[in-house]
Amino acid sequence: MKKDNSRRSFLKNIALAAGSAIALSSCDMKAIDNFLQKNFRTLSKDEVDDIIASLQQEYKEKYGKEFTVSAKPATDGILFGYALDLSRCIGCRRCVYACVEENNQSRDPQIHWIQVLQMEKEKGIDFADSNIHYNPEKVPEEGHFYLPVQCQQCRNPQCTTVCPVKATWQEPDGIVVVDYNWCIGCRYCMAACPYGARHFNWAEPSVPDDELNTNVHYLGNRPRMKGVVEKCTFCIQRVREGRYPACVEVCPVGARKFGNLLDPESEIRYILENKRVLVLKQELNTQPKFYYFFGV
Amino acid sequence: MNLIYNHIPDRCCSPQRKQKSPHPLLLRSIFLIIVLVIAACHTREKRYNQHVLPAEAPTSPEQTEEFAVEAPPFTEGIFPCSDCHNELEPNPTRRELDWHEEVTSIFDHDKENRWCLDCHDLNNRDSLRLASGKLLSFEESYKLCGQCHGEKLRDWRVGVHGKRTGQWNGQKHYLLCVHCHNPHAPKFEPLTPEPPPLPQKISK
Ligand code: HEC
Ligand code: HEC
Ligand code: HEC
Ligand code: HEC
Repeated sequence: MKKDNSRRSFLKNIALAAGSAIALSSCDMKAIDNFLQKNFRTLSKDEVDDIIASLQQEYKEKYGKEFTVSAKPATDGILFGYALDLSRCIGCRRCVYACVEENNQSRDPQIHWIQVLQMEKEKGIDFADSNIHYNPEKVPEEGHFYLPVQCQQCRNPQCTTVCPVKATWQEPDGIVVVDYNWCIGCRYCMAACPYGARHFNWAEPSVPDDELNTNVHYLGNRPRMKGVVEKCTFCIQRVREGRYPACVEVCPVGARKFGNLLDPESEIRYILENKRVLVLKQELNTQPKFYYFFGV
Repeated sequence: MNLIYNHIPDRCCSPQRKQKSPHPLLLRSIFLIIVLVIAACHTREKRYNQHVLPAEAPTSPEQTEEFAVEAPPFTEGIFPCSDCHNELEPNPTRRELDWHEEVTSIFDHDKENRWCLDCHDLNNRDSLRLASGKLLSFEESYKLCGQCHGEKLRDWRVGVHGKRTGQWNGQKHYLLCVHCHNPHAPKFEPLTPEPPPLPQKISK
């Protein structure tokens, strides 16, 4: 930094701030509304309804389509959990692209919420020596296994604690969400996540119009903007309606399992009670609700 | 204020210039307001966390032995088998068939010890047949598989082996074993993978 960073530059900054305030006030009211919006969690029902209505309007203007934006809250007595069968997964990446389409991930620049790591059976789980760019004629490849990684939905998430503006938090049903209107793009959460599960919109995201999913949730797959962080939400727009996440439904080998951890009859509980289960980087005490198991 | 002073070179901060700091009472009340705002936000967030929908009555289907399954994946035109087999003399002899080449050419399921009529019924070709002699519809073929793969069947019932679609908290549809395993050559077929992610662009 230069030494003459003095009153002059201070005044210059003031002028700049004043200038931008004027610029702000001369643009449409909506931008100001957005700017002044309160943290999602402190909004009343009416305020949420207003925001939803204005988002639907905004998306209609921007994409020429009717969106259904839900803000359906969590249901009492539900804690979502996920389990992935490492003895079944063959690394076909159907889940990666089903997720991209369901959740309106940017195609260019490319964002993938799911990363499938190929590892050698002999070495076991070894992130340093894994490969995400494998591309053989057919999978699975001899001597390898596959480990898909997405948001681990930690009970003890590091990403939410480091957020300086509380734009990301854990919902009562256990889903860690991001409020894109509130995110300032500082990316502390990305640095804090030990699983590389958060992704940043370095540029304006692009999704072809005819591939947009117009069934969205405020805290999930609604269109994002440049400069915000996003990640897997267990397909909050689907699971809060009782449906399975898109990746579970598409998996051709049936390796992906999902359900309510508080329901003793659920498949997820059966797995925890009857199969060999592990979580990634257990030593960090993040306590994921995303489990890996061996169905065998 | 302090932030600003830090940036101002020494010459403008000669000791004789008395810094005018805000009145302590003012400072304290600002602090108090901030604390109150933060506390208010916290309680509102807490309330948000309690603001959940009441638990819905579980919509789980009645406990029956029958499972809602997807339709069996027959080749078009092959079913009902009786369309042909009503006209044919049933023949229980194990032999090379001059028909059903699509089955015989790939047949590889404990081949040494098994033949068609361990699973298909000799007299009613539209049914499968358990070792006990009990006839089964093709919608229940999982019971046939379960005779020899009991552990897999147990996992399948609870949704752990194989796949269910539908509602995680309600009605579910099962894929049959034969949706994923050809009963005549059950090894799961390798798949062509979707494209790998693009190489990361170097961002400046
Ligand atoms: C288009 C006519 C046709 C249809 C439809 C058909 N089959 Fe056949 N199947 C034949 C003929 C012909 C033979 C006898 C081949 C031989 O003797 O070499 C045969 C033989 C068999 C045999 C050997 C035992 C025997 O009785 O000869 C089995 C088992 C069999 N079929 C099962 C089935 C099943 C199961 C279906 C329905 C899913 C089916 N077939 C549908 C024509 C048909
Ligand atoms: C392990 C048990 C088993 C054996 C052994 C077996 N089948 Fe089958 N077969 C089945 C089942 C189960 C189906 C039903 C598949 C479905 O639901 O689509 C079937 C389906 C078929 C079909 C219909 C296939 C289609 O294209 O839809 C034919 C034809 C058939 N079997 C013939 C035979 C013949 C001939 C043999 C002996 C060479 C044989 N099967 C041996 C279990 C068996
Ligand atoms: C009468 C006993 C019997 C029945 C009925 C039976 N299987 Fe098998 N199955 C076996 C035996 C024995 C093996 C192992 C030998 C082999 O690999 O050929 C086997 C192997 C398999 C394998 C592993 C194949 C591999 O190469 O990895 C699969 C998958 C399988 N069966 C699925 C099924 C399905 C699906 C059904 C029902 C349509 C079924 N089985 C019915 C006896 C049976
Ligand atoms: C959603 C697809 C799917 C369904 C449905 C399914 N399986 Fe499998 N099954 C697989 C896959 C994938 C494998 C791993 C195969 C491999 O690695 O070659 C497997 C493996 C097996 C094996 C070999 C042993 C092992 O653990 O690798 C048997 C036996 C088997 N399945 C039986 C069954 C039976 C019986 C049913 C029905 C009750 C069934 N499967 C339903 C996908 C399925």
